Amino acid sequence: MQKVSVARKRTIGWMGVHRGHRARPLEWLAEKLIFLVSLSAIVVILLIFLFVAREAMPIFLGQMNSALVLPTIPVEEIDKVGPEELRRYLGLTKKQFAEMDRDTLKTLMEVRIEAQVEIPPQFREDKDARINTTEWRYLLKPHQWTGYDRPVYIWQPIGWIKKYNIIPLLIGSVKPTLVGLLFATPLAIGAAIYVSQLAGDRTRELVKPAIELLSGIPSVVIGFFALLVMASVLQSLFRYEVRLNAFVAGIALGIAVIPIVFSISEDALTSVPRSYTQAALALGASRWQTAYQIVLPAALPGVFAAVVLGFGRAIGETMIVLMICSASVVSWNIFESARGITTTIAAEMAEAVTGGHHYRILFMLGALLFAVTFLSNLAGDIIIHRLKAKLEGKK
Amino acid sequence: MKSRICRLVFAISAVALVVAQPLQAATTITAKGSDTLVILAQKWAEVYMRTHPGVKIQVTGGGSGVGFAALQNRQTDLANASRPIKAREIEACIKAFGKRPTEYKVAIDGLSVYVNADNPVTEVTVEQLEQVFTGKIKNWKELGGQDMPITVYSRENSSGTYEFFKEHVLKGKDFVASAQTMPGTAAVLQAVAKDKRGIGYGGAAYGAGAKHLLVKADANSPAIEPTEENVVGQKYPIWRYLYIYVNPALDKGEIAAYLRWIRSDEGQAVVKEVGYFPLPTHLREK
Repeated sequence: MQKVSVARKRTIGWMGVHRGHRARPLEWLAEKLIFLVSLSAIVVILLIFLFVAREAMPIFLGQMNSALVLPTIPVEEIDKVGPEELRRYLGLTKKQFAEMDRDTLKTLMEVRIEAQVEIPPQFREDKDARINTTEWRYLLKPHQWTGYDRPVYIWQPIGWIKKYNIIPLLIGSVKPTLVGLLFATPLAIGAAIYVSQLAGDRTRELVKPAIELLSGIPSVVIGFFALLVMASVLQSLFRYEVRLNAFVAGIALGIAVIPIVFSISEDALTSVPRSYTQAALALGASRWQTAYQIVLPAALPGVFAAVVLGFGRAIGETMIVLMICSASVVSWNIFESARGITTTIAAEMAEAVTGGHHYRILFMLGALLFAVTFLSNLAGDIIIHRLKAKLEGKK
Repeated sequence: MKSRICRLVFAISAVALVVAQPLQAATTITAKGSDTLVILAQKWAEVYMRTHPGVKIQVTGGGSGVGFAALQNRQTDLANASRPIKAREIEACIKAFGKRPTEYKVAIDGLSVYVNADNPVTEVTVEQLEQVFTGKIKNWKELGGQDMPITVYSRENSSGTYEFFKEHVLKGKDFVASAQTMPGTAAVLQAVAKDKRGIGYGGAAYGAGAKHLLVKADANSPAIEPTEENVVGQKYPIWRYLYIYVNPALDKGEIAAYLRWIRSDEGQAVVKEVGYFPLPTHLREK
């Protein structure tokens, strides 16, 4: 019985009418409105996911055919084929088909044949011309295309034979992200430990807002800076061959990620109870020992969350990577270029024929990216809760 | 306070009325598409609007494919394109408005090949270009330059320039995977200007630190510079038409007049100003 009354106290009664209180309909309304707003966030996420998944579905189900050479029906045979077959051949919806007159249908059939005539003979005879390149084995496994001496992973979506292998893009997304995290995490966590545990008041007041100001720099500005200044400086320092590469992109990503990792881990470190520090200091530990051996382990879940969120930001970052590296090479060498999923979607979506295979593949990549960030956040969350339970001795 | 707001609302609506008045009276023509054409199209619009105060022309870029998509959806009157329309896009147009879009050639663009200004190489054959951009030639030594690897700069595959280059110079073969794709001709130029090993391609544009190579159709033909005379005379081997596509149902009245003007001597003079090449006289409108 008591529990119920405790729960009741928190909210305002129906329409703000609560026994023993004045009616507060406005407060009730405000509460419900705020609840609706937070609910809409969930709805929007769901809608976005549904939209992306719907556009990508034909790829997942294997319904697209990107083969270059397709069978055609001569225009004269317009009456020989059944209307249903004709409709499917021309890719029309029932409504479009019903509204279209005979001449328009004929022109459409002509265009179909023209599309086949356009193909240069050497490509029509190509052994790959009849392959549906949107099948999963061509998306994921290497294939020996004409003109190559061994099976290769290739992303070349424009051209006669469209090559949609997504492995170069996956590598291209992970490579700069890892470099960025390796660069940003130690720096950001180090800065967080320093600011929250070791720095004096005046230094803290100066350093903390300065680092957090970094997050206010638009990523396109960071990208521009990296493209023009950092790329040249880093090249003269490390003497690598390719000027714009995953390493430069990683460092620039690191700059974008540092403020996120810093401010979340700083919060976590600051929220460790003061009694921990006091007890450690009282037992004779130095300030550094206290920070490193007492406070950091206690705040580890928060610090871990910071890194996971930093990963999500880095792998979803578009502008920086787009501006710096965009060659779809298959190589884990960080001093070579890379082409990430985000770059690919941003650069190619505008030109992809709506509803075509290229368009669908790009949406499939978007769904993949969504799944990766979602799963990493989920995994991070689960680990954080376990760690927390462990640290609090509840397990 | 209230009177102040009233006055503000009044002022805004008055301004809106004044602005909206000529808008309603004028015919608005929208043009959308190729980024290659956008500067030229804007210049055309600017010059045309000066002499035809009754017409308002809005130009936006986005890419040739974007222009075609907008043409299908009737969001634009004219689609600017740096490549001919594809059968798939014609199909989409027929599905949308029942007719093939009308094609107009509006200018000529010669594609230059850029290298760093310090690079001693001055000329190249089309076949060598194919080998460089497909990754068969990897060192400048093979082109008669210094012993250093070649860095290939390309355009984003959404650009008409990329497609044209792939189709006509690479003969449909794939670009080498390590080719770095740049978001525009200016970006290619800048990258090449900063990179001694770099090679890139793009419309006729000039930038400090980069130079264009003379191109030979094959090993025995003369090396040709991408000048107006050579490009329009079709001596320079890498050139293309730039196009405007229009829904035939809209090709009348002001729009038809504008298209005629673009293809007249007057419109073609603007082409030269912007840095592209005018149509040969037999293709122009009298």
